[in-house]
Amino acid sequence: MIRRVLPHGMGRGLLTRRPGTRRGGFSLGKVEDHKRVLWFWVVPNLRLCVLQDPKPWPTLAGQWVGLGKGEYLAVVDAPPLDLRFNPSGYLLLASEKDAAAMESNVKVQRQEGAKVSLMSPDQLRNKFPWINTEGVALASYGMEDEGWFDPWCLLQGLRRKVQSLGVLFCQGEVTRFVSSSQRMLTTDDKAVVLKRIHEVHVKMDRSLEYQPVECAIVINAAGAWSAQIAALAGIGEGPPGTLQGTKLPVEPRKRYVYVWHCPQGPGLETPLVADTSGAYFRREGLGSNYLGGRSPTEQEEPDPANLEVDHDFFQDKVWPHLALRVPAFETLKVQSAWAGYYDYNTFDQNGVVGPHPLVVNMYFATGFSGHGLQQAPGVGRAVAEMVLKGRFQTIDLSPFLFTRFYLGEKIQENNII
Amino acid sequence: MAAPWASLRLVAPMWNGRIRGIHRLGGAVAPEGNQKKKRTILQFLTNYFYDVEALRDYLLQREMYKVHEKNRSYTWLEKQHGPYGAGAFFILKQGGAVKFRDKEWIRPDKYGHFSQEFWNFCEVPVEAVDASDCDINYEGLDNLLRLKELQSLSLQRCSHVDDWCLSRLYPLADSLQELSLAGCPRVSERGLACLHHLQNLRRLDISDLPAVSNPGLTQILVEEMLPNCEVVGVDWAEGLKSGPEEQPQDTASPVPA
Repeated sequence: MIRRVLPHGMGRGLLTRRPGTRRGGFSLGKVEDHKRVLWFWVVPNLRLCVLQDPKPWPTLAGQWVGLGKGEYLAVVDAPPLDLRFNPSGYLLLASEKDAAAMESNVKVQRQEGAKVSLMSPDQLRNKFPWINTEGVALASYGMEDEGWFDPWCLLQGLRRKVQSLGVLFCQGEVTRFVSSSQRMLTTDDKAVVLKRIHEVHVKMDRSLEYQPVECAIVINAAGAWSAQIAALAGIGEGPPGTLQGTKLPVEPRKRYVYVWHCPQGPGLETPLVADTSGAYFRREGLGSNYLGGRSPTEQEEPDPANLEVDHDFFQDKVWPHLALRVPAFETLKVQSAWAGYYDYNTFDQNGVVGPHPLVVNMYFATGFSGHGLQQAPGVGRAVAEMVLKGRFQTIDLSPFLFTRFYLGEKIQENNII
Repeated sequence: MAAPWASLRLVAPMWNGRIRGIHRLGGAVAPEGNQKKKRTILQFLTNYFYDVEALRDYLLQREMYKVHEKNRSYTWLEKQHGPYGAGAFFILKQGGAVKFRDKEWIRPDKYGHFSQEFWNFCEVPVEAVDASDCDINYEGLDNLLRLKELQSLSLQRCSHVDDWCLSRLYPLADSLQELSLAGCPRVSERGLACLHHLQNLRRLDISDLPAVSNPGLTQILVEEMLPNCEVVGVDWAEGLKSGPEEQPQDTASPVPA
């Protein structure tokens, strides 16, 4: 488990780095900062402010395009970023009762610039002859810039770029926060205790050694284990019903993904199809392999203690729906399967972004319940703006702040896979 | 890089050792020495000096900016002269060729100049575009997609055309009959999957795509996806090893058809 604590000195400082010092002051790990500055001794007052910000792309989709095409993440001497993006789109199917919600969703998406087309069952059969449109009232199909990609490639690309900008990565487990408290009065003269985290104790793997890391800001992006990190910081210790007593409602939920082979299945143009029952599948590679699964209902939730795969779940709960929707899937053979954790927000299944009201320097970026990858660049930008400027600028994510758990304001999204 | 080295001789004595060493390296290379050698010296310097790295980063950003500038959207031109004129101007400026309906091909000469008379008939739809070896990228396709009655598009050897760009081609589905993507280094089978919108396509050239992992299989799958289209590209038997039973056929006499 990597719990990253971002060093606050994440700058692009060139001439501010004195030769011979290490950044961050870590004594652990194999980090070596051996570079010097060629011109430092020659022209000490020359400011080579040559690193320019990439051009601000006008739309959010444009941001993803800039990121995905590797222009934001271009590094000198490295091959261009290849996300293995499949622009085949998402095909979401809606039954009679969900059709109205789908139409309003598509309207919002079109307002934001997404190119989505709505199709009737006849048009659907025309376009994709392998689909059985029984029970489908409406389908939404993303035409442009929509599809799936390889998240590992994105992660490596981001790591490579930020490493080239000077960020240090260290691995370990966070075991303790050392913080100080201050009693203050609100505008209505009520006493409130504000906490500030000063040190994070990071324990090394398979050893008892730990490194105390002094920090100005801690960002909790620990995914399925964010609640434990929050509990370490004292969030949720208090009488229930108060702001002090509001815990972070994120817990790990296990989800299965199955890969199967079906030789007569849908062809190269298959989008990611999300059925009315919640089952989804997509094409994987060129060899008639498909990948898919289904979110279990509340009663069927598997135990998140381990990552064992339940193959009966596929037999009983996933395959019947797939075979109904795509008759070719009646004959298929499961090749492999794996399980992973959603950082499931039990409150309203949407992410938590922004600072905690009482622990002043802890920021959250977690709880996305399966949508973390898709929302990651936007959330990253929002948290960066929050840290640097103190408020959201590009997109206003104030409905996603922590305080909504105390105030009871849910933000519900329709049609969650 | 001779100028910076010359000025470095004025530096304090403690740096002289290393700098002389680098200069020796530079002296060892012939002045018009090949690009590869020059690049490795810069790479070597990049690994040791922050400001060389920053300089190279700046040059990289400048290259990307130049491509971005070439692919601006000509909205003002579109208002003045209509979509066909703006699109034609964009292609000609990039170095490609344009053919209006019932007219001859218009090409820029080797200096980049092209005849301006197409402004007179810019209500005539553009029929064919040859954008080979141009720097068109994702944003530049905005100008191209305005040409609603385009029938033939050639994007051969365009180094900035990738899978994202292919997903944008669906607005031309009604008219596009011929598409060539030969030699584009960034197009892979994932982008070819979204060509299924182009149902009127009659000829598709997907030869010589280095990023496609399995050219023979991809050709078969694309042919299945576009049944009315002639897919020119790789011979699907490429990559199949000839088995032992084929060898005697070489020596046997040819069987009459």
